[in-house]
Amino acid sequence: MSATAPTGSECKVQAINFSFSYAYGETKALHSLNLAIRPGSLLTIMGPTGSGKTTFLRALNRLNDRVAGTGHTGQLLLDGKDVYGQEVDVAELRRRVGMVFALPTPLPLSIYENVAYGPRKKGIRSRAKLDTIVEKALKTAVIFEEVKDRLHSSAQRLSGGQQQRLALARVLAVDPEVILLDEPTSGLDPLSTLRIEETLRQLRSDFTIVLVTHDPLQAARIKSDVAFFYLGELVEIGPATEIFTRPQDRRTEDYITGKFG
Amino acid sequence: MNAYTTSHRSKKEDRIMLALLRLSAFLAVAILVFIVGYIMVQGFPVLNLGFLLSSPTKMGREGGILPSIVGTVVLTLLSAAIATPLGVGTAIFLTEYTREGTFSKVIRFGTESLAGIPSIIFGLFGFLFFVIRLNMGWSILSGALTLASMILPTVVRTSEEAIRTVPDVYREISFALGGSRWQTVTSVVLPSALPGIVTGIILAIGRAVGETAAVIFTAGSSLRLPQSIFDPVRTLPVHFYILAREGISIENAYGTAAVLMIAVLLVNVSAYLIINRVAARRLERR
Repeated sequence: MSATAPTGSECKVQAINFSFSYAYGETKALHSLNLAIRPGSLLTIMGPTGSGKTTFLRALNRLNDRVAGTGHTGQLLLDGKDVYGQEVDVAELRRRVGMVFALPTPLPLSIYENVAYGPRKKGIRSRAKLDTIVEKALKTAVIFEEVKDRLHSSAQRLSGGQQQRLALARVLAVDPEVILLDEPTSGLDPLSTLRIEETLRQLRSDFTIVLVTHDPLQAARIKSDVAFFYLGELVEIGPATEIFTRPQDRRTEDYITGKFG
Repeated sequence: MNAYTTSHRSKKEDRIMLALLRLSAFLAVAILVFIVGYIMVQGFPVLNLGFLLSSPTKMGREGGILPSIVGTVVLTLLSAAIATPLGVGTAIFLTEYTREGTFSKVIRFGTESLAGIPSIIFGLFGFLFFVIRLNMGWSILSGALTLASMILPTVVRTSEEAIRTVPDVYREISFALGGSRWQTVTSVVLPSALPGIVTGIILAIGRAVGETAAVIFTAGSSLRLPQSIFDPVRTLPVHFYILAREGISIENAYGTAAVLMIAVLLVNVSAYLIINRVAARRLERR
């Protein structure tokens, strides 16, 4: 498929002929997807609305389970184990595969409690332990300095960009291996967008990050591996430099030059 | 018909309709003010501390209404205490644990039918089942169980509505962080829905406080101060009803009605104060 595709055991995430459908098979959202993501790498998935990007993310942490009438075939592996396997503890899977949503939405709690939410649900009660986790997560998400004096005030008073970095901190607090970001900057101004992208670049070596965007420019700025999804198919995958300078597929070229999407 | 006459006519129509709408809005408030004012004025002469804090004598012709106040408070709180966990639990089950289907529709249809049953039927049922069959006698407990079944649909429906207004993204965030269903319900859904749920319970309590037919059959009409929930009581509306119906004392009947209304008012005002404080504190919670 592509030079960046690793094989076998060195993959963090691997899709093998993975198809996904909604509405009891009426709507096919992903068609025989084959894709591999190395540990400690950042993959940007770009594509227009309805290309299956979000479906792929929500299959990875099985948030799609909440929707009635979904179905899948093929395999979706995390560390070589199928996330849809019978013995999988979904809560544990979701701790390993964290997710940042499109719209910045804090839970209606304080800044501190937003970040402590995941650890608390895991059963961590010790105040000192929680303090350490919260501080570390906020620092990693580069928001600690801005909020350290008002940790116990409402998170809903933060700006959109801050709320999205808080959402990232919230995910980091459960110590994930994979971080999924579903168009995390779609509701943000350009400056906040750049700050999020900068944060992601700093995080990329410590985590496996999958970023979904409809914006080819964002994919180009991040300079990661890029996958182009179109109508539920993986059209092309490769390093940003390759995809943006020598796209192999006509559809990729049309998309990045703005002919559709 | 030309444009001028059309606009002229519609302007006139507008003015007339506005006047009619104003009148109906005014009447709606006027009726309320009149009823409240009338009862307050009629009941005011007998209202004093002695009336509130003493027991009735001569079947209620003289003396106060202390046993009825105590009975009403205990009966109502007990019925709310029974209906709240059942009702909120049902609402949580319907919204968070079942997908919309035949089963949830049957439950919803059932609770809604329950809401349409006249209260006297509940009274009869409570009398036959709790008082006679379960041998609880005329007691606070029988009355509370009957009232609880009566207000249950209100609690279910208002709780369900309150829970449905909680943004779904809160649930998604909680699940995505590894929260279980129950953790999501207790940490995210219920706190967000709490003001709505409390409002529903207050509405239900408001209905329970004033309920006469369901209570007269089940809690009895004893004028003695109850010592336990197994004792019979005469609630305020029942007392008021008997005083007026049997012509014992119209003055004391109005006095009792005034107390009842003030009580309902206090319940509502304190509820809204609590809701506001809860909402404010939740945001600042550590």
